[in-house]
Amino acid sequence: MLARHELHVNGSVHPVEAAPERSLLSVLRDDLDLTGAHYGCGEGQCGACTVLIDGQPTRSCITPIGSVAKKQVLTIEGLEHGGSLHPVQQAFLDADALQCGYCTSGMILSAVGLLRKTPHPTDQDIIRGMNGNVCRCGTYRRIVHAVRAAAEAQPKEAKR
Amino acid sequence: MSRRPLLLPEPEPQEAVALSAAGRPSPNAPSLLSRRELLRTVGAGLLLLVALPDAEAQESGGGSRRQGPSTPQTIGAWLHIAANGEVTVYSGKVEVGQNARTSLAQAVAEELRVPFGSVQMVLGDTDLTPYDMGTFGSRTTPTMIPQLRKAAAAARETLLDLAAAQWQVDRSALTARGGKIHHVATNRTVTYGELVKGQKLTQTIPADIALTPTAEWKVMGVSTPKADGRAFVTGRHQYTTDVKRAGMLYGKILRPAAFHATLNSLDAQAAKAMPGVTVVQEGDFVGITAPSMHEAVAALEALKADWQTVAQPSGQTLYEQLRPGAKAGKTGEAKASDPAATGSTIAATYTVAYIAHTPLEPRAAVAEWKDDRLTVWTGTQRPFGVRSDLATALKVPESSVRVIVPDTGSGYGGKHTGEVAIEAARLARAAGKPVKLVWTREEEFTWAYFRPAGVIDVKATAQADGTLTHWEFDNYNSGPSGIRAPYAVPDQRADFHRTQAPLREGSYRGLAATANHFARESHIDDLAHAVKLDPLAFRLKNLEDPRLRAVLEAAATHFGWDKRRAAPGRGYGLACGTEKGSYVAGCVEVMVERVTGKVQVTRIVAAFECGAIVNPLHLQNQVEGSLVMGMGGALFEAIQFEQGKILNPHLAAYRVPRFADVPPIEIVLVDRKDLPSQGAGETPIVVIAPAIRNALFNATGQPLYTLPLAPNGLKA
Repeated sequence: MLARHELHVNGSVHPVEAAPERSLLSVLRDDLDLTGAHYGCGEGQCGACTVLIDGQPTRSCITPIGSVAKKQVLTIEGLEHGGSLHPVQQAFLDADALQCGYCTSGMILSAVGLLRKTPHPTDQDIIRGMNGNVCRCGTYRRIVHAVRAAAEAQPKEAKR
Repeated sequence: MSRRPLLLPEPEPQEAVALSAAGRPSPNAPSLLSRRELLRTVGAGLLLLVALPDAEAQESGGGSRRQGPSTPQTIGAWLHIAANGEVTVYSGKVEVGQNARTSLAQAVAEELRVPFGSVQMVLGDTDLTPYDMGTFGSRTTPTMIPQLRKAAAAARETLLDLAAAQWQVDRSALTARGGKIHHVATNRTVTYGELVKGQKLTQTIPADIALTPTAEWKVMGVSTPKADGRAFVTGRHQYTTDVKRAGMLYGKILRPAAFHATLNSLDAQAAKAMPGVTVVQEGDFVGITAPSMHEAVAALEALKADWQTVAQPSGQTLYEQLRPGAKAGKTGEAKASDPAATGSTIAATYTVAYIAHTPLEPRAAVAEWKDDRLTVWTGTQRPFGVRSDLATALKVPESSVRVIVPDTGSGYGGKHTGEVAIEAARLARAAGKPVKLVWTREEEFTWAYFRPAGVIDVKATAQADGTLTHWEFDNYNSGPSGIRAPYAVPDQRADFHRTQAPLREGSYRGLAATANHFARESHIDDLAHAVKLDPLAFRLKNLEDPRLRAVLEAAATHFGWDKRRAAPGRGYGLACGTEKGSYVAGCVEVMVERVTGKVQVTRIVAAFECGAIVNPLHLQNQVEGSLVMGMGGALFEAIQFEQGKILNPHLAAYRVPRFADVPPIEIVLVDRKDLPSQGAGETPIVVIAPAIRNALFNATGQPLYTLPLAPNGLKA
């Protein structure tokens, strides 16, 4: 049955009429035209659909819309600020950490989530934290490099 | 950003000039788009048509593709300089992550003497770009780059002529730089745009137009970041799956219960009763359109279909089907020490499983009909082939079909065919509205095509001193690519045998060169072992090709092959090969955990040479990506099937390489500025499987003869 939801996405409230079991991914993409999160497998195995929910990297393809009410959803479209890239986005560009780019949104949001929890990750932390994201083009080492570089580029006050 | 507006202003044809390469007369334009139409499409300015070498009319690669349509194939690309100075290059190649958009723009910027960022590439749009056979076979670098360089060089020469005439100065006193012609003596400059404005020009591109020598490259040969990279890290890039059209519906297809099943009956009543749902049935083709994806899924689930299945082979007996009696393993050995033997002879059978490309963006298409004209956005490596397939399937003239390929979420040889485009077009025609169809991961795993499985028999002899004297190689089903051994063996025979294959097969990155290198380089290690020679020394003893020797020596040196240290569970392996004009060698270190049998690749060093390097940054990325992708097929990827059903059509059941699988990788790029640039997206993949196999042999003493090598680890 259709229900009215107030989705908090990228800092704004979006009223959405949708069955509560619909996936967050489909609502983001089809209803809100936020197509940066991608469908890759539909079973939470590839991470191409990753968004942050209350700061936590989450597979939007297996997240029912009914479960995210009142929670803050951050998608790749909300990561830029005032026309400047988030340090993780910039690091991905600098490290050439992509080929086809289809996994990139999910990779970046997984990395942002990881760095919020672990601001100074070791390579092992990055590998463990990101192992649920697939890059079929095989740019994993560049992604690790980018995440490490982004961690190092964080402003001092963000470091603890 | 790189995509030009689809509606361009009406030009004034007399303001443009058409040039053709290789001395062909300029009216040699494609008949599909007459020169006049072409100019109308691109607008006024300076236009150069690039003629294709005849050889490019040949399609490479295996699979179920058919030859291209009747479209003329003499024009390979065109380049346009507008009166406002904009440089736009039109090529039928597509961008699938290999960064052709970047390298092609580099080539034009180099010869035209304009900044890289000022060159816009229009790729893979059958209405805007000239015919192209497809983006495969590592052909973009060796063929499209030289063509575009010639066009750009010819344009530059024309611009110099124009400036010399305008200023009444000696042409040799002029230089082209930064999108302008300069006359240093009088300190005058004029932009390219100003020069082409209002000009009437006719000229032919000389066949022998001089290209900028490699040593003088300023844009080519330089690490250049991905064109449009920002669109990808911000999520702004619109893949096919992201395209949305006004009034668009969502499609689903009813899939048969098994391969080759036929529809006995269909009860679509419940689905048809759903609001906004259309059920489309044309014979066994059954699809749904609905206002949203979830409504389409609900309608699909409401269909009650009864399928007639047919008995068919299963994976358990796959290799028997490909070559009766085939069983992986050593099948014969004669030692050099045997009095009757002349050297060590080893015979073995190697098997290679079916694997899936698993591009992260599944096959997808958005189809839209307007006044009997069809436009389809789809991620394919063959936009013109898919246009032809659409025309045939939908029974419309090719001229009524436009295929647009947005930069695509990878292909790896898996996106040569147009099923999803045809399905979307059928649904859109029936529904009378644009339709988006995105295959699920399960559909992607089931209804696409696979890298062919294979059985390879090898029988070879090495003398006691390590000299290879005899080589027999028979590949059943997997393919002929890279089948000939690069070793200097006087008595060599290598044959490919077609067979009746149980699953649908097609191209895959590197084609059968991966299977053939796996069997060959594994066999080489077994022979080296038999004659008690180091695998590196054994190879070098039998290799004459200096380019192959160079990469092998570079990889071994960088790896420290001579300094490798034995340890329990640790093993070292190497392999080398050449394919599609480039050369690769790889050294690998592995660890096998004794108790659990867990296999971990702990280090990879690869050396790669593809002539003069166009973009070191992207080359490094391609080589690395190829090796990582190859690790999957080497170690654990395999499609399981039974009675026409894929048993593991999910990422949870089909393991692909992940972060934790990837070791430190060091890549040595050998830059041969004296040699023509070759493609690099495929060849590096061929060494990783045999190098890992040989390392596992070294670690455990057990030679393996199957791909994948260790889907469940290597328990003793």
